[in-house]
Amino acid sequence: MKPAPFVHHAPRSVDEAVAVLGEVGHDGKVLAGGQSLVPILNMRLASPGHLVDINQVAGLDAVAVDDGSVRVGALVRHTGLERDERAYAALPLLRQALVHVAHPVIRNRGTTVGSIAHADAAGEMPTILAMCDGVVEVCGMSGSREIPWHDFFLGPLETSLSEDELATAVRFPRFPSGTGTAFLERARRHGDYALAGVGAAVTVTDGVVSGVRLGFVSVTDVPTVLDLSAAYAGQEPAAVDWASSADAVGDAVAPEDDIHATAAYRRMLAVELARLALTDAAGRAA
Amino acid sequence: MSEPVDEELLDVTVTVNDVPRHARVPARRLLSDFLRHDLGLTGTHVGCEHGVCGACTVLVDDAPMRSCLMFAVSAQPHRITTVEGLGTQDAMGPVQQAFTECHGLQCGFCTPGFVTTITAYLDENPDPTAEEAREAISGNLCRCTGYQNIVKSVLRAAELRQEAKGQ
Repeated sequence: MKPAPFVHHAPRSVDEAVAVLGEVGHDGKVLAGGQSLVPILNMRLASPGHLVDINQVAGLDAVAVDDGSVRVGALVRHTGLERDERAYAALPLLRQALVHVAHPVIRNRGTTVGSIAHADAAGEMPTILAMCDGVVEVCGMSGSREIPWHDFFLGPLETSLSEDELATAVRFPRFPSGTGTAFLERARRHGDYALAGVGAAVTVTDGVVSGVRLGFVSVTDVPTVLDLSAAYAGQEPAAVDWASSADAVGDAVAPEDDIHATAAYRRMLAVELARLALTDAAGRAA
Repeated sequence: MSEPVDEELLDVTVTVNDVPRHARVPARRLLSDFLRHDLGLTGTHVGCEHGVCGACTVLVDDAPMRSCLMFAVSAQPHRITTVEGLGTQDAMGPVQQAFTECHGLQCGFCTPGFVTTITAYLDENPDPTAEEAREAISGNLCRCTGYQNIVKSVLRAAELRQEAKGQ
């Protein structure tokens, strides 16, 4: 339960970090909070020869809120984002989901961008990025680029980041005014990976529903958004029977059996959580 | 700890319990092992080594973190507080005092992680309810007590802190 030997790099700037990543190529791995990476190293599920520790890189630790989005730098810890009042006011869904990320002690060290770059289907924040139609800001040897979430997540633990690229920030676009959100999940034990999790965003314009989005945790291979706007548009939010989302939700998820739960149970849970989350979100929309 | 002869050693200095401590260690040295093996501070216990059990929890700039999920080399810019820094046998801190009064431990293996976690929690939430106290310790595993007396210890520690403040 000790990591294999590696060379530790402590770059002071994004350019330095990218240069090292480019040099070591496939043998390199970025270390930010390490709350997913270090267990993997300890259990020797991976043994990269080089760790590029970005904790001393300047300028990556800011949360910035503007009219359009909440921008989160690569060294912002989950706790920092969770407690940021401006981010909460702009996008309550962030805090609604962050309180479900592991335990507070893990959130004190783990980073939101790192969780997204790790791309675990059981992670909350990749799905939140997808629900917000977010982008990942990336720097590499050939310059910087922005990757929309749907091009970023390729599969479980797999992203479109190149070996020389560092995810420097993510941007969570804000929902239109009149949007209510909710995030619910169930786990065997408090703080464990969710058996299923569901985020919901309901937008109400002029008293009627104009947008409905759902996102899923632990029941799809990659972050998946289910847009049900067409099905509910024009209805009064208080009059909607959200249980009618069951068939669409059941079709959208593709859970698997494992030692924690059967696929059928996870699907049932996703359907029920979607109903509850949509009800909560609609109640908060105005 | 013995290392492979060809493994590069780094000079690592970490401030632990307000004292700068130095050792030559490989980059892969976990902070938990650095504390125990290199510095001889065996109060920090190592359980699962993947962040689940909470026994190795230390305070990093006063915030509780898993020392098994950090490398010593990454801890250098920070102030580390271990259970040894939270009191002595003759002058126990309020959380330690509460654990002894409320029988908050049996075998004691998990206790250092509880003491650090609860200390930081009470700094931010000085007057928790029983339910909040239970939530506060939800990231730490104990296999002896059934948690009831640990919840009591959190509430008693909060009282002791208030009393100390009042004096």
